[in-house]
Amino acid sequence: MLRKIRILLWALVAVAIAGGGAYYSLGRQLPTPSLAIGGPFRLAASTGDVVDSEKLKGRPFAVFFGFTHCPEVCPTTLHEMSSALGKLGDDGKDLNVLFITVDPERDTIEFMKSYLTSFDPRIVGLRPTPEELPQVAKAYRAFYEKVPMSDGDYTMNHTALVYLMDRQGTFFGTLDYEEKPEVRLTKLRRLLKEGQSRSR
Amino acid sequence: MKLIKELTVAVALTCAAFITSLAQAHDYKAGPLTIEHPWTPQPPVGAKVAAGFLKITNGGAQDDRLVAVASDIAGKTQVHGMKVEKGIMTMFELEGGLVIPAGGTVELKSRSNHVMFMDLKSRPEKGATFKATLTFEKAGSVAVDFKVEAMGGDMDHEGM
Ligand SMILES: [Cu+2]
Repeated sequence: MLRKIRILLWALVAVAIAGGGAYYSLGRQLPTPSLAIGGPFRLAASTGDVVDSEKLKGRPFAVFFGFTHCPEVCPTTLHEMSSALGKLGDDGKDLNVLFITVDPERDTIEFMKSYLTSFDPRIVGLRPTPEELPQVAKAYRAFYEKVPMSDGDYTMNHTALVYLMDRQGTFFGTLDYEEKPEVRLTKLRRLLKEGQSRSR
Repeated sequence: MKLIKELTVAVALTCAAFITSLAQAHDYKAGPLTIEHPWTPQPPVGAKVAAGFLKITNGGAQDDRLVAVASDIAGKTQVHGMKVEKGIMTMFELEGGLVIPAGGTVELKSRSNHVMFMDLKSRPEKGATFKATLTFEKAGSVAVDFKVEAMGGDMDHEGM
């Protein structure tokens, strides 16, 4: 009897461990489709045109949020994307790279256009209106907030990830701010190569 | 004869090394504090802000604080903290300044604490320097030159 209870107890332990492991790995998975990252947008661009996410379909794109009053993270990300585009060379010709400002108040189209001349010309700046901004940020689960400073000025806190979207406009992965350039390049090459499943 | 030749070469090399290290040294002293290599990644065209980086070592027995930075290139300059956590970048003013602990070294660096030059009056030229004054609570003020380096700065050495 005692032995049976013991076996039962151990079996319970095994189930608990297996269950916990499954739960843990599920919890670590990327968001399920219902929580999908990405969504349609139509935004004014630094090129003077409008960028429509529908028209981006057929080519993968990388998109990130930032602002020009950003001392380091945003210029560094733009710089790193420029370097990556340079390294990809012709292999990267299909890739669209978009920089969406979370500070439309200060970042006008003209200002973004001149600011972006410091980077690879393939990077396009997008300026949502203050009304459009919450929608596009929500679609990408991107966080942003305006932070007042003691002198009356303000700064922005924001998500610093680069979102990689495949040819259908489906979330493919992210580039992380802390990653090494080689890792970023590998991910971009994968996006260009594999990001065309179910391609039309 | 051969020995003299060798000696001459050795002396010349030593001198060259010494001169090079002098040229590269970019240090300042303020009381017990040593300030190493203030630099800034060149900001993009039209940018209104720039980050300043440097290393401060406190050889003294008392904590000190970097309480203010001023430069003519900027309308105003502050000392900021910065964090990137869970993919989110946050930046904040360091109230009361940045503590430089006794016997410790604090690095203002990429993705971390930085000097924030705001309302830039012009775009700093790559390769140029600009003047700034660092003010410490105990060690007082010290004039330094910030070197303007390529964007991406130290990270470019990883082979970008
Ligand atoms: Cu700052």
